Amino acid sequence: MQAFLKGPGGAPPAKKPAPAPAPGTSKKDGKPVKKHIPWVEKYRPRTVDDVAHQDEVVAVLRKTLEGSDLPNLLFYGPPGTGKTSTILAAARALYGHDLYKDRVLELNASDERGISVVREKVKKFSQLTASATRPDGKPCPPYKIIILDEADSMTSPAQAALRRTMEKETKTTRFCLICNYVTRIIEPITSRCAKFRFKPLGVGVMSERLKHICQEENVKIEEEAIQTLMQISEGDMRKAVMFLQSASRLCGQDGSVNSQIIRDITGVVPEDLLDEVLKVCRSDSYEKLDATVKKVIREGYAGSQILSQFHDKLVAMEEVSDKQKSVICEKMALVDKCLLDGADEYLQLMALFSTVMHQMCHAE
Amino acid sequence: MSLWVDKYRPTTLAKLDYHKDQAAHLKKLVQGGDFPHLLVYGPSGAGKKTRVMCTLRELYGSGVEKLRIEHNNFTTPSNKKLEIVSISSNYHIEVNPSDVGIQDRVVIQELIKNVAQVNQLDSSTQKDFKVVVLTEVDRLSRDAQHALRRTMEKYMSTCRLILVCNSTSKVIPAIRSRCLGVRVAAPSADEIVQMLQTVCKKEGLNLPSELARRIADKSQGNLRRALLMCEACKVQQYPFSADQDVSEPDWEVFLRDTASMIVQEQSPRRLLEVRGRLYELLSHCIPADVIMKGLLQELLQNCDGELKTEVVQSAAHFEHRLQSGQKAIYHIEAFVARFMAIYKRFLEEGIADLF
Repeated sequence: MQAFLKGPGGAPPAKKPAPAPAPGTSKKDGKPVKKHIPWVEKYRPRTVDDVAHQDEVVAVLRKTLEGSDLPNLLFYGPPGTGKTSTILAAARALYGHDLYKDRVLELNASDERGISVVREKVKKFSQLTASATRPDGKPCPPYKIIILDEADSMTSPAQAALRRTMEKETKTTRFCLICNYVTRIIEPITSRCAKFRFKPLGVGVMSERLKHICQEENVKIEEEAIQTLMQISEGDMRKAVMFLQSASRLCGQDGSVNSQIIRDITGVVPEDLLDEVLKVCRSDSYEKLDATVKKVIREGYAGSQILSQFHDKLVAMEEVSDKQKSVICEKMALVDKCLLDGADEYLQLMALFSTVMHQMCHAE
Repeated sequence: MSLWVDKYRPTTLAKLDYHKDQAAHLKKLVQGGDFPHLLVYGPSGAGKKTRVMCTLRELYGSGVEKLRIEHNNFTTPSNKKLEIVSISSNYHIEVNPSDVGIQDRVVIQELIKNVAQVNQLDSSTQKDFKVVVLTEVDRLSRDAQHALRRTMEKYMSTCRLILVCNSTSKVIPAIRSRCLGVRVAAPSADEIVQMLQTVCKKEGLNLPSELARRIADKSQGNLRRALLMCEACKVQQYPFSADQDVSEPDWEVFLRDTASMIVQEQSPRRLLEVRGRLYELLSHCIPADVIMKGLLQELLQNCDGELKTEVVQSAAHFEHRLQSGQKAIYHIEAFVARFMAIYKRFLEEGIADLF
């Protein structure tokens, strides 16, 4: 800092800060050996080409890296599909390590981003002009990037305040909005951005990645366990890696990961428990149902988890007619909403399963 | 003299009495050196907090038991002052952010950043991360949960979170996918009986097994409650006798009487009387959803199969409204009125069928 304040000195002061980051970086490089980094971070895609399964976005970003212009971006899709990783990798490729801090403003829901922040911080940052060369003389794009992560949790006034800024500052700034639900972003914003949907990862890509990680980390895993992992994570790569790491840690060095362990740590309701509930529903006895639901709750399973697994089961059931299914599904939707609002799990599950019972035993 | 609940709370993972496999898992996690964010969930009284404290002890040694209470002050963007109490040791800090209501986001943003941005001194002898324990995560507002998401990733190197909640239904999927879930199921009746016996033996008391069994049944899988009930029994009468009364809280008896009043007569006048009793319960700080469930349990005993379904549906309906509404009494009363209507119709149909 002091070297900086001394003003435009010659080469010596400029060199002084240079060694300073060096230990920092070497420390970072040394860390993986000594320190345990979560695999989720360790295997986060470093370059745009590493991003799996999202071909359209990768194609656009690759063009940008080759020198063409970047539009304002809007990434949306379910969690764990690589939205944040993609834009971070792209920004790193565009600006390199040194310039990254100056050129990229990353705001997420953990930062204050009410309307005042949009007006002050975002606007001020976007008004700064950026030169088209790096300090070392290499060319770089003449704009900065503002990443608004988790944009769906921004209030709509704050989003509205972005509108004009986005248009006015196109010369100097590109925006990248990231969200799970595109419907929560107001229309004027979406129309200013190139929208990209991130698909849940396919089975092939995911198993390949997981196997790669297992190989790197020296973890033995059964083929069946990978299948279970993919089934449970539903295309969410982060979840899959997270579970894989926990499972491998539980197994220790020499044990191999099997599907039982994975089921244990993911909090999935066991199949036989669900079957038991269904059997009770068919028996048309309220007392039995009451006892079973109480048992399920005492086991600590989450209502929403039961709901989603039960739904999968219900859809596949052949002995239930389409009409009955639709009645039950409608009730499920209501129960799901109620659970989200914080209603009592026991009552909601009782309401759901008594509907199921009624449909199974008394529907004409 | 401390209560038995606190006195016999296990302090290390090795001493836990049930879910031993899980304890072994936790131990392995800790020994691995690294440690993911944890999301501990299960019904109340199952021992979530005990497990968290044991894990912390396993991580840092006995230093975590030197606790101090701190008052933290925060200022919201709208210049409102907030104060929240946290319990912390040198290695961890525990807060219940839902204490500040809808402003919990500010607490999360500030507090975790404060903790996470400070590196642990002397990382050679201790772990190089601190632990933040957040309780009642299911009562956090949406905003606060969103605020947690990126924080959890960004400060992974200096800080780990342990989130404690009753149910993961209200925790957003983005957080669930960042944590390792630890499900703590309630102990079974046998395990509770065993635990009561052990505690009594340590106290030098003789507990008849029938009494222990009855206490276990009444506790509904809540170990804390079972121990408290057992202690209450001891105060009431010692030596224990097998057919001794297990004292119930007054309000449960009161609630049962209220339910039988509802079944006896269905009229506006009776509704007025019931309202008085409900007010009584609420003013004694009995949570509204507990009243609702208690009423339902008692009322259902007087209903037939088909009727039960209907009553349960309406109870679920009004309980949901109760959560989103402001004043509990409206919704409980609405439920009582609905029940009266259903029940009366049922009775009248029954009489009509007779003739």
